[in-house]
Amino acid sequence: MKAVAMPTVSRVAVCGGTHGNELAGVYLVRERLKRRADGTEPVSVVTVMSNPRAVQLCVRYVETDLNRCFTRATLSAPVSETSPYEMIRSQELNALLGPKGSAQAVDLLCDLHNTTANTGLCLITYSDCDWICLHICKHLQREMASTPVRYVHFDIPLNEAYSLDSVGKHGFAMEIGPQPHSVVRSVIFSAMQEGVQLMMDWICQFNSGTLFEGGWVDVYTMVKNIDYPRDSETHVITAAVHPNLQDRDFCLLHPGDPMFLSFSGETLRYKGKEALYPFFINEGAYYEKGIALSLARKRRVEIPSVLVNKH
Amino acid sequence: TIREKAMALLFLPALARMAVCGGTHGNELSGVYVVQEMERQRKEKGEGVWPIPVTTVLSNPRAVKECRRYIDTDMNRCFSRDTLSSPITDSSPYEVRRAQELNNLLGLKGSTDAIDLICDLHNTTSNMGLTLILCTSSDWVTLHICKYLQTKITKVPVRVLVLDFPISDAYSLESVSKHGFTLEVGPQPHGVVRADIYIIMKEAVDLTIDWIHKFNSGTVFEGGDVETYMLIKSVDYPRDPETRTLTAAIHPQLQDKDFCLLKRGDPLFLSFSGETVNYEEEETLHPFFINEAAYYEKGIAFQLAKKMMLTIPAVRVQKD
Repeated sequence: MKAVAMPTVSRVAVCGGTHGNELAGVYLVRERLKRRADGTEPVSVVTVMSNPRAVQLCVRYVETDLNRCFTRATLSAPVSETSPYEMIRSQELNALLGPKGSAQAVDLLCDLHNTTANTGLCLITYSDCDWICLHICKHLQREMASTPVRYVHFDIPLNEAYSLDSVGKHGFAMEIGPQPHSVVRSVIFSAMQEGVQLMMDWICQFNSGTLFEGGWVDVYTMVKNIDYPRDSETHVITAAVHPNLQDRDFCLLHPGDPMFLSFSGETLRYKGKEALYPFFINEGAYYEKGIALSLARKRRVEIPSVLVNKH
Repeated sequence: TIREKAMALLFLPALARMAVCGGTHGNELSGVYVVQEMERQRKEKGEGVWPIPVTTVLSNPRAVKECRRYIDTDMNRCFSRDTLSSPITDSSPYEVRRAQELNNLLGLKGSTDAIDLICDLHNTTSNMGLTLILCTSSDWVTLHICKYLQTKITKVPVRVLVLDFPISDAYSLESVSKHGFTLEVGPQPHGVVRADIYIIMKEAVDLTIDWIHKFNSGTVFEGGDVETYMLIKSVDYPRDPETRTLTAAIHPQLQDKDFCLLKRGDPLFLSFSGETVNYEEEETLHPFFINEAAYYEKGIAFQLAKKMMLTIPAVRVQKD
């Protein structure tokens, strides 16, 4: 692949507390806001607490999930005092960091999240050919010795992309687990801090003219979600994720493998025809969304060398 | 000797009925699903499904529906005599109203009508394995149940934590019954049900029913020593003096080390800016409830306990 020239990544946003109870990002944003910039940084970074009311109450959201409010439809819908808090807030964030899809949007938006699932560090994004995001992933994989780093892709067109990271010209959610919601674990905080620092290092090096060699990145593309078995009348769940699957994010799931263990002791197995990679296994916030786990296909994506184009 | 005589066989009344309570905190899910499963079993197999009469209770149904710890106030602080006898008005917190309902159902607390045993099911984000929490160190029934569970359960560590409240001050649900204890299993995030944690909790409930049945049937349970942990005090996070927000997290060397020894000089906290805070006290103690999510708002990073050996007598049911 030929080297690709890309524009400077001059404006970066680091956002935390998009979900108010995902605490590593909350404390990282607080820490960054304490150490105010002195104007000598090579990259302009804006640090934002996305959902301050939810952070105050230590809940995921106050009225509606903020990280589902960034579709074009929601961003352009008329708001009034009676609109859900998060809808009003998403439009504020779009004005601050976007507008989504325009030339004024920040160059890169990094949105910090935690999950109860054993995912390690994931960069979650809507593109499998965003060379900036893919190179940042490669850099983190190279430099983070003790944390698995993976690239997760949701194949959704930009207009329908619903999360905050879709506001930037480039963007991703930096998701780290496992951590219970409303808890901050020191090693998870450190991993997130390291991930953000390495991202900033890459951007500085890139902007200074470093050529980053191409290569290959494993990309996990989301295929489908699987819900819990539920009682047909009450809709209450009747099984938990099976012990053989629990904590095995990104380990290949084969047809016939155990998926759920009912509360009365029966094993339910994966009935799909294709072996796929499970992730977000037993994420606490997804019970209400009807998701026990997500399944992805893995493929090797070739990425070109990249170099900054200063013009 | 007098001591040997005192520790000779003790006759105690049979336990006619027990209650298994789940969802006292609506987002501690193992108990919610254990109660759900027990109610399904009763529906399928009838009242004789267990060898003794068991009442199953979903303590805080509104909090369970919303998957929150509580709606207005922590239910497990609403069972003091004062709260149970306070007049209910339109502005009473939901949990106070519900606590009085539960007292009518399972109590009245302190009366002879109170149910014999309450087993209250809880989860914690702390790495506490199976911890049996007792409000008193002098109830032989609950201590024998603890000893039995410790013998029979080998998958996880089984520990006994004694809070040693004067009976008049006890404010938790299990203080309503004649004998009561909390079954606390962790680590599990709130709002999540893990199969491995559910299985442990179910096994502990089944073994408790098993013990009561054996006891009521005349089995002699030998006395002996039970190792317990007695709560001494709580330690809060370092906080910003103005905003009260945390400035540090539990240190990686303390995280998940519930019930290990904490000695002077051991690290406690790692601040978000990288500084270590150490334990400076002389007394070596055992930390537990390390990094429990629900305790941030109560100003508790962890609690400290002293190991205490209790000697319990042999017991046998008193036959009429």
